[in-house]
Amino acid sequence: MSDAAVAAVPKLRIRGLRKGFGAKQVLDGIDLDVPAGTSLVVIGGSGSGKSVLIKCVLGLIEPDAGTIELDGRNLLAMDREGRERAVATMGMLFQNGALFDSLPVWENVAFGLLARHRVGRREARGRADAVLAQVGLAPSVGDLWPAELSGGMQKRVALARAIAAAPDLLFFDEPTTGLDPIMGAVIDGLIVDVVKRLGSTAIAITHDMASAMRIADSVAMLHKGRIVWQGAPDTLMTSGNAIVDQFTHGRREGPITMELRR
Amino acid sequence: MPSLNAIVSGAALMERLLDAVAAIGKAAIAVARQCGRITLFAAEGVSQIVRPPFYPRMVGRSLAEIGYFSLPVVALTAIFTGMVLALQSATGLARFSAETQIASLVVLSVTRELGPVLAGLMVAGRAGAAMAAELGTMRVTDQIDALTTLSTNPMKYLVAPRLLAGAIALPLLVVVADILGVLGGYIIATLRLGFNGHVYLENTLNFVQTQDVVSGLVKAAVFGFLVALMGCYNGYNSKGGAQGVGSATTAAVVSASVLILAFDYVLTEIFFVR
Repeated sequence: MSDAAVAAVPKLRIRGLRKGFGAKQVLDGIDLDVPAGTSLVVIGGSGSGKSVLIKCVLGLIEPDAGTIELDGRNLLAMDREGRERAVATMGMLFQNGALFDSLPVWENVAFGLLARHRVGRREARGRADAVLAQVGLAPSVGDLWPAELSGGMQKRVALARAIAAAPDLLFFDEPTTGLDPIMGAVIDGLIVDVVKRLGSTAIAITHDMASAMRIADSVAMLHKGRIVWQGAPDTLMTSGNAIVDQFTHGRREGPITMELRR
Repeated sequence: MPSLNAIVSGAALMERLLDAVAAIGKAAIAVARQCGRITLFAAEGVSQIVRPPFYPRMVGRSLAEIGYFSLPVVALTAIFTGMVLALQSATGLARFSAETQIASLVVLSVTRELGPVLAGLMVAGRAGAAMAAELGTMRVTDQIDALTTLSTNPMKYLVAPRLLAGAIALPLLVVVADILGVLGGYIIATLRLGFNGHVYLENTLNFVQTQDVVSGLVKAAVFGFLVALMGCYNGYNSKGGAQGVGSATTAAVVSASVLILAFDYVLTEIFFVR
């Protein structure tokens, strides 16, 4: 493949991705391209399928149909080992951190290093301290347990764990949920810094418009299982799309209707 | 000719009967499906025990959790069981002037049945519940998904070490339970019933055979595996929040207890009925 052709292949290409749970079609034909080295933020209402989208890429949920290409290779057509190798190049920051309660902070951060690279525990500890420093945490934090950390510190540790193995593709699930606005801005700043430093491609999902504007090179709106709009973050508030307009301005009236169960 | 009312009521009765049959059929299919899921889960867990990479630290941790920390409750259960058994058999055997058989009755009951079964039930209530709660919490807080994103197979890291530890730890606990059960009988026989201690121990050793102890230990290994299997299966597949974890914990203890008693019968048939 020529250099031009390689450059034309996006880091992640999703075509016709569908996933349903029972009668509910959560993803209904997602088409998405994420060029290498860029940050895409996917916005959308609660239950719109944002997390399902990420979990399909990470192999945590098996989609019903469609293709997911990483560097031009279809993940869904790979065997188990190939899929595992591909997932090993990805990192994920979970919404609630998902830190392992039974391990101290440094082992949480070094978990992927120990699992993937077979480094010794002493070396892993050193590398965990270095990654903790990148997210603004002192090495002494490494000896604490996840339950001893504040919400902001848990997010930082979870971020450190996600970037510890220098992944090519990073996912952030609601990175600022549950944080105060200042801590949210700090976490967003850290995300932008680490993505730039690692040269990674990033996909974040969020409801938080301020967070989206800070992180994104590009924003996509997910509604009823489809991408209904995609554009630059500075055009988000003036998109002219009625769905995006209602969502970004938080209006009750509009094409987005909330389903209430009685 | 039957009246219209009789035909209608006959049809309604038939409909109710068919509904009942359909309900029984649905329940049977659900049970069969659940048994299939548990069998596949067990097969996957066992296959991960023998395939690298191995996690000796997780096995050690599980051994401590299932074995070491269950020791006090199993020890107390065993010693009191031995004491009660000696006391009950003394009153029962006295009717046939066969009090000298107390030692043999205690040792055979403890090694063949009560040691493994009671230890299994105690461990199911303690360690099985803890396993289901831990894995259930990990499931609902995305920690199991996080393992997958960190290139770690959750079945290999979480389930396989617990299955292995369950099958190893319970036989070790049963060795202790056997000794303490016999000790409980010895205490009552000598201090309460006036037996000669030396004679009691001699009777005990004369009656017990290697097969009695070995069959109890094999039962214990199977029960330990079942306790770990039901703890892991219910925790790993728990859904929802705190309520889901609570339901998984209850299901783990109840299903493990029932399986222990069912497999006890099957294993007894295999070992002792010819």
